[in-house]
Parts: sequence; C-alpha cells; structure tokens
Amino acid sequence: MAELIALTPCDGLLPLTIGRLSLTEDLPAAMTSIAPYAGQDMALSTALQAAHGIGFPAINRSTGKAGSRAIWFGQGMALLQGPVAAPVLAEFAALTDQGDAWAVVRLEGRDAEDVLARLVPVDLRRQSFELGHTVRTELAHMMASITRIGPDMFQVLVFRSMARSLVHDLKVAMAAVTARRAGLG
Amino acid sequence: MRISGKGLLQGARPVTFSFNGRHLVGLEGDTLASALLANGVHLVARSFKYHRPRGILTAGSEEPNALVTIGSGAQSDPNIRATSQEIFAGLEARSQNCWPSVEHDLQAINDLAAPFLGAGFYYKTFMWPAAFWEKLYEPVIRKAAGLGALSGLADPDACEKAYAFCDLLVIGSGPAGLMAALTAGRAGADVILAEKDARMGGRLLAEVEQIDGLSGVDWVAQVLAELASLDNVRLMPRTAITGAYDQGTYGALERVGHHQPRRDGLPRECFWRIVARRAVLAAGAIERPIAFANNDRPGIMTASAVRSYLNRWGVAPGQRVTVFANNDQAHHTARDLVEAGVHVALLVDSRHDAPDSDLYPVIKGAQICDTSGRKRIDSITVRSVKGEQRIQTDCLAMSGGWNPTLHLTCHLNGRPQWNRDIASFVPTPGTVPGLACAGACNGTFSTKGALREGAEAAAQALADLGVQSARPDVPEAEDDPYNITALWAVPGKGRAWLDFQNDVTVKDVKQAAAENFRSVEHMKRYTTQGMATDQGKSSNVAALAVLADATGRGIPETGTTTFRPPFVPVSIAAMGAGAAGQAFRPQRLLTSHLASKEQNAPMIEVGLWYRASYFPTKGESNWRQSCDREVELVRSSVGICDVSTLGKIDIQGVDAAKLLDFVYANTFSTLKVGRVRYGLMLREDGFVMDDGTTARLGDTHYVMTTTTAAAGQVMAHLEFVHQVLRPEWDVQITSVTEQWAQFAIAGPKSRELLNDLLDEPIIEANWPFMACGAVDVLGVAARLFRISFSGETAYELAVPARYGDALFRALLQRARALGGGAYGMEALNVLRIEKGFLTHAELNGTVTAFDLGMQAMVSKKKDCIGKAMSARPGLMDEDRQRLVGLKPIGAVQQLSNGAHLFKPGDPVERVYDQGYVTSAGFSPTLGHSIALAFLKNGADRIGEEIRLVDHMRGIDALCEVVSPVFFDPEGGRARG
Repeated sequence: MAELIALTPCDGLLPLTIGRLSLTEDLPAAMTSIAPYAGQDMALSTALQAAHGIGFPAINRSTGKAGSRAIWFGQGMALLQGPVAAPVLAEFAALTDQGDAWAVVRLEGRDAEDVLARLVPVDLRRQSFELGHTVRTELAHMMASITRIGPDMFQVLVFRSMARSLVHDLKVAMAAVTARRAGLG
Repeated sequence: MRISGKGLLQGARPVTFSFNGRHLVGLEGDTLASALLANGVHLVARSFKYHRPRGILTAGSEEPNALVTIGSGAQSDPNIRATSQEIFAGLEARSQNCWPSVEHDLQAINDLAAPFLGAGFYYKTFMWPAAFWEKLYEPVIRKAAGLGALSGLADPDACEKAYAFCDLLVIGSGPAGLMAALTAGRAGADVILAEKDARMGGRLLAEVEQIDGLSGVDWVAQVLAELASLDNVRLMPRTAITGAYDQGTYGALERVGHHQPRRDGLPRECFWRIVARRAVLAAGAIERPIAFANNDRPGIMTASAVRSYLNRWGVAPGQRVTVFANNDQAHHTARDLVEAGVHVALLVDSRHDAPDSDLYPVIKGAQICDTSGRKRIDSITVRSVKGEQRIQTDCLAMSGGWNPTLHLTCHLNGRPQWNRDIASFVPTPGTVPGLACAGACNGTFSTKGALREGAEAAAQALADLGVQSARPDVPEAEDDPYNITALWAVPGKGRAWLDFQNDVTVKDVKQAAAENFRSVEHMKRYTTQGMATDQGKSSNVAALAVLADATGRGIPETGTTTFRPPFVPVSIAAMGAGAAGQAFRPQRLLTSHLASKEQNAPMIEVGLWYRASYFPTKGESNWRQSCDREVELVRSSVGICDVSTLGKIDIQGVDAAKLLDFVYANTFSTLKVGRVRYGLMLREDGFVMDDGTTARLGDTHYVMTTTTAAAGQVMAHLEFVHQVLRPEWDVQITSVTEQWAQFAIAGPKSRELLNDLLDEPIIEANWPFMACGAVDVLGVAARLFRISFSGETAYELAVPARYGDALFRALLQRARALGGGAYGMEALNVLRIEKGFLTHAELNGTVTAFDLGMQAMVSKKKDCIGKAMSARPGLMDEDRQRLVGLKPIGAVQQLSNGAHLFKPGDPVERVYDQGYVTSAGFSPTLGHSIALAFLKNGADRIGEEIRLVDHMRGIDALCEVVSPVFFDPEGGRARG
C-alpha cells in the first residue's frame, strides 16, 4: 500500500543562515493544545507534572525545555510541545491535536532581538522578555506565538498556511540587520 | 572655500560626487551643502513661485532653500535638503524646479511678474470661467510653481519599520541631550539617544568654546565614548524624532542607507516606533532670519550656519563677510571668521547697546535695508543715522535670534507660551505627558544652562521611574547672558522674505491682514506661509510677529499656528515599509498549492487564502471551457477540490451541545454521534451570520465548519459567547482549520475512488448521507464526512495537514483514472448555484432566515442568539427581498451578479428597483445561464417575468423567476 509522504510546514524554505543569524524549522514530535475544563486547573497541572514532568504555564510563561515544553497559548490554554499528550489529561482538559497546524521556526543569533524588533510590536529585549517568557502577538500582520528558548534564541509559531510569508518577512529582516552590521565594519 | 587646518574633517578621505552633472570633490563627513560651499557653489536652487536664485540658508534640517533631487530614474529622491544629505562616492544630486538649468531658468520671468503674483493672487484672478480652474489654470500654475517631482516609477529600494523600547528617550545630542543621556546612562536606565544629524554633539560641533577645560568637540567625544561603553545606552544618529503620540510613543525616521552607496539588503530608511517611559526633549533651537529687502540671495545665510560651516566643516562661505544681528551671540560669527583669517567687512547690529570689537568694524543701531547680486550677493545697503551706504560683500550672516525647537511639545495639541525676555515662544510644561524639555529648546540658550537642565531633566525622569541616580556635576562652560532686542522686519521698499520656501514676503502677510485674514491660521492659509516641506521652521515666528504688528496686537494675543507631526518630511515608502508587492499582507497557502500550480491553475484570493480558480487542460483557452468541463466531470464521474479554507472549530466539554444550541438557530444537542447537520447561525440582531455543517465526533466533542469568509468572525463570536454570555458553561473552543487538510470528493464515482484509498472500504449502508467518522487512508488516520456542496454523492476527507500535498496528488491520480479530475473555485461556484446552496454572496449581512426561506430552521423549542430580534416587525414581511432563482427567457444570455431587477414595464430607475442578483453563472448541466437573486416578495413570484439590468456590463435580459434550486430539487443524487 502506498504511504502518504509527510511534508513539514517550511518544506523547501529552511534552513537559512544570513550573517550570524540562523533560521531553522523546529519539528516537535507532537503539539497538543490543552484547555482545562471548569475548575480543573490544579488537577490538570498535577496530572501534567505527573505525566510529563512540567506544570501548566502561567500567563506569558512557558514550562519545561526543549523536547518537552508547555507554552501559554492564550486565554486558558497551553500548547504542549514534544511528548504526545497523555490520555489521562483528557479528564481535566480539552486536548486538541495541533501537530500540523503551526509552522514552528527557531531564530537564533546575537541579533535575533533586532530581527524581531522589525516585525513585532512588543518589547522582546532580554531585560523584559526573559528565558521562558512567551507572548501571543502580531508578527508582520500574522498572529504569532513567540517564546524565548535561549539567551539568543526565539521560537516563533504562525499558522502553517503562512509559513512562506513568515520566512519571507524574517529573511528580509535578517538581511537588513546583517547589512547594517556589515556597515559598522 | 575650504580653510586648511580648520574644522573637524582634518584628514578625512576625499569623496567624489556630482552636482548638476558636474563632478566635484568633497570630504567624508561633508553634507552636500558644505561640500558645495567648499567648491564655491552658491547657487543651488530656484524658489517656489518666483524662481529666484537661491543658495544655502542654514546648516540643518530646517533648510528652506537648498532642496535637491538625488539619484536618477526610479531611484531619484526629490526635495532632499542639501544640509542634511551626506555626500558619498557616486552621489548624484541636481537642482529642481528650474528649466533648462539652475543657472538659466526661463521661468525666472515670474520674478518680473511679482507684483501680480502676491498672496491671494490666484484666488482673485483665476475665477472665471469657473470650469477653467481645474482644467487650465491649476495645471499651469502647478507646473510653474513647485518643488521636486517623483519619478513616477515604482520604487526599487526597500525601507524598513522597527520598534524600540526604553526607559528614557533623549531627543537631541547637544549639551543638554548629552548630559541627560549621561545622567540616565550612568544610573543604569535603558536610554535611547536620538540625533537627526550624522554626528552627535549638536551646536558644540559648530562653536568655539570650552567645557571643563576641553574644547566642546573633545568634551563631546569623551561623553560619547562613555555612552558607547554602556550596554544600557543606545545611540541612534541620523534619527529624527518625527512625532510625539499617546502613551509615550514617538515616531522616528532613521537614514540607514540614504547616505551611502547602495548595498544589498540595506534599507534606505527605517521608520521607528519608540515607546519610552520618559523623554527629554533637547532639540536645541533654530536661528531665525531677519526680513529685509532682497534677503533671499545666494550667499545670505544664518549667522550660526556660517559658524557651522567654518568651525565644523572648515569651509568659509565667503571671502568678505558681513554680519547683521540683533543679539550678542551672532558676534561670535565675526570673531570666529576673523580668527580663521577670513575678512569680516562689517558687523551691523540693530541695537544701540551692542558690544564693540577690535577685531572687526561694528555699526550699532543700524540695519541692512537692501542687497544686490543676481546669482550671489555682491553688496549690502546699510541704513544708519548717517544715511545709507553700500558695502561690498560675498556673504552675509544674519541673525534675528533663536526659536526653541519645541515642535514635539505641540503634537498632542499643546500650545507654547511667549517669553518676552528672549522674544521667543517656549514650551508649556506637561503638554506631552512624560516629556520634559531641556536646554535651548526650553529657551535656555547658554551652554552651562543647557548642561544643567539636561542633567536635571534626566534626574527628574529617573526619580519618576524610581531609579536611583547620582546627580552629576555640571561641567564648567560658557554662561553668557542672551542679549537680544527683537527685530523682525526692516521697513522699506522691496520684497522682504519671511518664508523662503513658499516665497512669502512681509508684503504678503500685510496684505492678508488688510484683507481681514487676521487670525494667524487664516493668514497662513491665505499666504501659504509655513506650508511647505520645512513647515515654516525658520519663518513662523517672524511671520506672526509681522501679522501682530499689522493688526496692532501683541505676539501672545496673535498666537501661533499648530505644529503637527512629522517634524521632518517622512517618505510614504518608509511608513509603508515591508508592505510592497506580495508582502502587502500575509499569504495563506493550501497544502495543495504546489500541486495546483504544477497544473497551471490560476489562483484566486479568498481573504488571505489563495485557492485554485480552475485547472486548465490542453486545448482550453479560456476559463469558461475549464469551468464547464470541471462541472461536467463532477456531475458525471468524480471531482476533487481542496476545501481546507473552511473554518474548522473543535468544541469540547460537557456543555458543548448547549453552546451549539445557543449559537445555531437549529438544534444540535439531538444530533447523533457519527452524524453531521447543516446549521444556520444568526447575529445578535437577528440577521444571518454564517452557515455550515457541524459533526458530532463524541458525546462531548463536536467539530464545526464555517464558511471561509466568516471563519475568523465565527471563532471570535464563539469566544465572545463563551467568555461573556455563558462563562458558566464548561466548554472549550479551539481552531483546527490549519490542522486538517480537507478535500471534497464529489460525483457519482466518489465512493469508488474513496474505496481505492481507504484501508477498509466503506459501504453505503454504514456511510449514509450526513454520516461522519474516523477512517484510515493509506495508513494515515483521517476523518471522513459524507457531505455535499455540489449536490452529488460526495465526501470530504480530512487528514493532518502534513499529508495534504500527498493526498491531493493521490486523489487526483485516481480521479483521472476514473475520468474525473480536479475542480476549482469557478466550478465549485457553478455547482452550488445549480443547487441553490449559499455563500457569503447571499449571506451578505442584510438577509434574514426568512429571506432565505429558512425560517423553519429557527427552532421554536429553544432560545438562540438572534431569535428574538429575528422576529422584529419588518424582518418577516412578505414584501422583503427574498431568495429566488432566475433563468433567461429566449436565446441564452449572460446573467451577472450585481445586476438589478425591474418589472418588465417599469422604467429602469432606482425607485422601481425590485431586487438584485447575488450569484450568476453558466450551467453546463442545464445548458443556460442561471442566477440567484433577492427579489421583492420573491418566493411568491415564481413563474413571473422580471427584467435584469446591469449598467456596468451592458446586460439587459428578460428572466423567469424560478426556484433557487435549479438541479435535482429532491436531492436524490446527494443521498446516492
């Protein structure tokens, strides 16, 4: 029987390196949105801790680390990245498979903040947006989820269908930031 | 002429550039203005209206005269101030508003006609005949007067936009700005220091003075070195703050590549939005000219500009300089020139108590009343108690005092206050929340005062923010009093310019007053004073002083016009940065996009989505042929269509059914698991919001589909209902539109095709019309829905999006083997019109369920959003425009959407309008055109004749009113 071939959201678009900046596609093994049912926040967090070793993230925060991360994803919702959500969690929360819904890219490099400052209207400087901080915001007219996953590393999510626009906009900004740096010699 | 050993460009590399086709050499660090003066070029431009020869008046961004166009072809950039533009290798600059050249401009004839071209001339002269204004007078006047022109070609250069954040924004890097930045920087606050000039230091770069025993320039270098060493301080040279907005937001324009040869990726300009918790305005002051006859000749400059060219750029703008002043500071110009070895012929001071000098001759209590020299000044006429005398000169430095650069303090509608002591407006504190003024822009003109105020303003801002700071020692510096006696205009004959850029003279302002345009706002509009690209930076105060005099009022009573953003001109390209071409808005591409493009399918935009319009095959030369074929293949074999753009919303929780019953007009709590139901959603006001199908996947789990157009609206609506109207319900809503790639498989052979792909074949008995459930397709877990938007036996198959591309290709291959193929939006539209199915062409926000013939769907057994309002009087009148079908009578004719309907005997006029067409197309199935329309009392007029008129497309067709379901009204085909 013929198997269907899977394509990633940024297939053919990434990776990309410009100057000292790199943009790569991240492919978490699974992504599941977790929205706790009424009154289940504590029970869910406990179950999440037991099943995956991470708590339910506070507003604008993420928990865990690469390979198993939960990021705040909007009003009453987190996105579990990495492990397949344990079925037991469904007792406490609506679980929805989002593993194919989002393009996930990693922007890395000393000038990563400067690149995002060209596209995102919120303050992502390290002093206000620390490791593990996350935000749902706009990136060049696309609704995005942005998380600082390293000192000079951001994870950016937009709708899968917008992957090409995302890569285009990031690429232009990366080139502009790099061209400026070249000018400084 | 460059003076060797003078200025800050010692040892700078030579740079070759061109001006009006002539190759010239300047030094790195030169502005175009300083480089031209160093090359002895004084005639740079022609004036706006009279085409008078003009030179360089200032050394800053306020320059009204020396506007040039740089670059050529599509890359030409008009109205660039020569005083701001840095030179670089290969820079091309040229004069504008002149023909054939700036040296010989034929339109200089306007100058001779000056008596007729004064303020208000156009309004009074070109009144008759009225029609001539738009067609003749205005174009001719516009051609004669004006500034530089755009190339008319698409701009190939990119700009960028960016955001920045800080605790303290310091605007200007003179003594006040540097002290403010230093104070805040040392305290550890996040500081942005923005300076519009290429080099930081403000007037300290242009004056000969000492700070703490260092030269001003060395002190600046020392402070900048310390600031550069601080991680928390960001230095932004070439960045003009253009506007102050709410919540501490400031607009700024940075020249990024504008001052250097083109380089890949480097934007030309960057438009910044800077959010600052506090700001210090240290923008300095602008020296104002004095109005006297013929004060606009090349070679006449502000006194401070002469010092700037001399002390910063090492250029003497003349060999025999004269000075005209009403204040002490301007005497520094004469002093500095003499010390640099330049001859100063005379200093004329209008004050009787002016200081003396043994370096140069001074005439006190005198005025300059005229000048001569065609393309450059050659003499001045001095009027004193001894009468008039002509003095030869090739450069006149004038100073009428200084106006604080307080523009930003007025951007939130603040008004400045008049200060008699310095004969200037000063900022009113608090007009921009969080912004404080320091130094010259605050009316404090000594260096020592600026240093002190800069430090104090920063310390206060830090205290407001709760940041500890040590109050820095204020360095020792010049602290001379600012002695000035106001002088606005020298009386006498001849035209005395106030606004150089718009050619407005003292006479024009007096004329405005005489004609009762006495308000400063009226005077401005009558004379056009202050309206050009410089926004009257050097002319506003003098003009209103002349107006005050002409109307017998004081300056404070006369008031000033409002300063609005932007402070310097901002190109639209910079504000629209990043949005050129396809980047205008994000694109949403389907998983089938690539495969569809490979089939040469033209794309049609549906919101942000790109969907295949049709799939042309060999021999098809227009879309109708493809569309007809695709409709036929769906009706006869099987068609494949990507329907992933429809909104899909995952709804889970014990109250999921309650939510659906509440948002849909019909009932969903009774839907069985494994079944799908069509639903109609109303707005709060009772009109139809959207329609779609919702499937029940489990007891507490539904997935709703919406139309493509209303996906976002419905999602927001559900969130609103959940969060605001029914927060007590235990239900969660998540968009899964992007998670699933979903394809319609439609046609008599759809099941045959499907069974070729499914791991376990389906049989009709288990998968009746409106069934749904999980299946495995080529080893992948998928969802199958037995729904139809074509009226045929049809399925929609959804797989995780990663498999979308592969599944689409697999479906297409099998469809072709069965005599079918892909179909696009055009065919999809025809198929659904044949069936009378709705889209947002019909659900256009003005229709009710009643209009659609769907009132029975509004359940009587339960409440829903919009139910009460849908029963309002008038919303269920028989006479409302209601959905019908139309088919042409007689020979087949084209029908068109947007056409209006009339009774055959009525005149085709608005008052006889009976309705309008929402969707139309040619039905290959029926062999004629068909349309859906809203017709007054339509449902009761089946069988009547109606006239369809489309003035846009020239269509006039007699139609028969029919049922909106043209094809298979019993629906047998879909049930299969």
